[in-house]
Amino acid sequence: MSQLLEVSGISVTFDGFRAINNLSFSIAEAELRAVIGPNGAGKTTFMDIVTGKTRPNEGRVLWGERSVNLLRMNEAQIARAGIGRKFQRPTVFEDQSVAENLMMALKANRSPWKVLFWRAAALDHARVEALATEVGLGDQLERKSGELSHGQKQWLEIGMLLAQEPRLLLVDEPAAGMTLAEREQTTALLVELAKTRAVVVVEHDMEFVRRLNCKVTVLHEGSVLAEGSLDHVTANPQVIEVYLGR
Amino acid sequence: MKPGFLSKNPSVLTFILILAVFTLGVTFLSEAYGSGVISTSMVKTLGKTLCLCLIAIAMDLIWGYTGILSLGHFAFFGLGGYMVGMWLMYARTREIVLSSAGGVLPMTPQELQDAIATQIFGVVGASELPAVWSLAGSLPAQLALVVLVPGILAFVFGWLAFKSRVTGVYLSILTQAMTLALSLYLFQNDSGLRGNNGLSGLQNIPGLDAVGQDALSVWFLWVSALALGLGYLVAAFIVSGKFGSVIRGIRDDEARVRFLGYSVEGYKLFVFTLTAVIAAIAGALYYPQAGIINPAEMAPIASIYLAVWVAIGGRGRLYGAVVGAAFVSLVSTWFTGGRAPDLNLGFYTVKWVDWWSVLLGLSFVLVTLFAPKGLAGLVDLFQGLRPPKRGGTPMGPSDGSLREQEAVE
Repeated sequence: MSQLLEVSGISVTFDGFRAINNLSFSIAEAELRAVIGPNGAGKTTFMDIVTGKTRPNEGRVLWGERSVNLLRMNEAQIARAGIGRKFQRPTVFEDQSVAENLMMALKANRSPWKVLFWRAAALDHARVEALATEVGLGDQLERKSGELSHGQKQWLEIGMLLAQEPRLLLVDEPAAGMTLAEREQTTALLVELAKTRAVVVVEHDMEFVRRLNCKVTVLHEGSVLAEGSLDHVTANPQVIEVYLGR
Repeated sequence: MKPGFLSKNPSVLTFILILAVFTLGVTFLSEAYGSGVISTSMVKTLGKTLCLCLIAIAMDLIWGYTGILSLGHFAFFGLGGYMVGMWLMYARTREIVLSSAGGVLPMTPQELQDAIATQIFGVVGASELPAVWSLAGSLPAQLALVVLVPGILAFVFGWLAFKSRVTGVYLSILTQAMTLALSLYLFQNDSGLRGNNGLSGLQNIPGLDAVGQDALSVWFLWVSALALGLGYLVAAFIVSGKFGSVIRGIRDDEARVRFLGYSVEGYKLFVFTLTAVIAAIAGALYYPQAGIINPAEMAPIASIYLAVWVAIGGRGRLYGAVVGAAFVSLVSTWFTGGRAPDLNLGFYTVKWVDWWSVLLGLSFVLVTLFAPKGLAGLVDLFQGLRPPKRGGTPMGPSDGSLREQEAVE
């Protein structure tokens, strides 16, 4: 199976602290993967590196069929290459309506001149409406997104991610602050999405990970501790030690 | 512009209408074309105010919409003024030199140029035309420079600043430093722009000697109104579409916009350069009405005033900036012009000329604290739009699962 993203041997040091230590990771197209690990294991730093926010001290990050080096690109270029990121805290543009948020995320040319003269066609409006309906905000298009509830904001952000049509989705703790019903919806959506693209989910909640029913990567102190099915990794004595204390 | 733009932005039409009515009104009350109720100097003040409204729109675009508090836009304004002022001064001096030349033979081009240079630069003890004046004889060239010089300066400065991701207050300081450096440079006599004397006599338009100042002032009012109207249209067009969404997104959460795939630096650079050009055009129309420009006009304090106007008017909406600039600059003219009656408190007499900046500073603080939407917020009050009261606290995951009304109750 060809790999969509290949991270090999990356290390990052913050003021002498090794946040990521010789980490290697790869994911194939149309794969769902959960990344778990205790606090400070380097989960968020890992995402920061892939999305271009943090530069590693060493290592390689290769992307796509043509093995493009992501380390040479900035955040915006990486996003345009097809990597979407969902943050832990829902980050939507609260001052703007749901429709405007989605319209901004819609896949289209991102250069200032093109955007300046871009006007939404009927097709784009239809797409925004379809997306909003998909995430349960179909009747909220004209509301300011700042007025939405926490859960709705999470959904709006997921809708924005879908609008970007990324090939790889990085999702940071999607279930945080969601009700049980919303969590189930989220699980179903993530599983569905992973049929057509790669999805990496960072999560604390073991129950949630179990429901995703996918391959799990356990991070600890900046490197991979174990990898495999959830039952496999939870049976690993090292993982038990890390999670349950020494 | 597609049809539907005006219907989607009703404030544009209202604004253009008010501007047209205002311009016609002033014309029919002016000394040259009407009853003469409004004096020529007042017409000039109003014309200048329109130019200040235009630069306020630029400031609102860069600060209110994109979130970059630039303290350097008056430098671009001044540069625009200098560029047009060079032609005005050169061409007028040339007329004077030619008319006073009494020789039998016509002057050679070199003699003519030397004579002009002596006239212009005698005041700073030089008699050669500096290289920056080499295009001053040509109106089209200087008009192009009005756009090009501030545009290129803003582009280079912005490219350096945004590329290295300088943001927030550091960027404000950087822009302020640029303004200060520019004005200090122009204060030097050998900068080639007459040092602290600046350029003067700009109110006399070469070739239009037969037209009196009373008519000229009205013409400039028309051109300023036209520029303001066009500037408003351009700004409204920019902020109405997806571009507007993106720049407001940059203001609210820059990193998020980046992860959507937009090159934040490119957008900032675009807006910074564009607003610098708008500011320069406003300056090029302002200084012929003011008659004189000197480096003090470009001091950082001017750009800070600009920020105060936009804040008092209400940033984040275009008419707010216009209202703020017009209101504050006119009131300021009234107070500092010595026309405001002194306030006698018995034990102390408040002379407004001295106390005006205190009053302005105080109202700035009060507006920032209690009416962040500024004067334009009054429009919301009329329309019955009230922001929800959330006490300024962001809603966390627990409270945030409630709708706002529920959480407040």
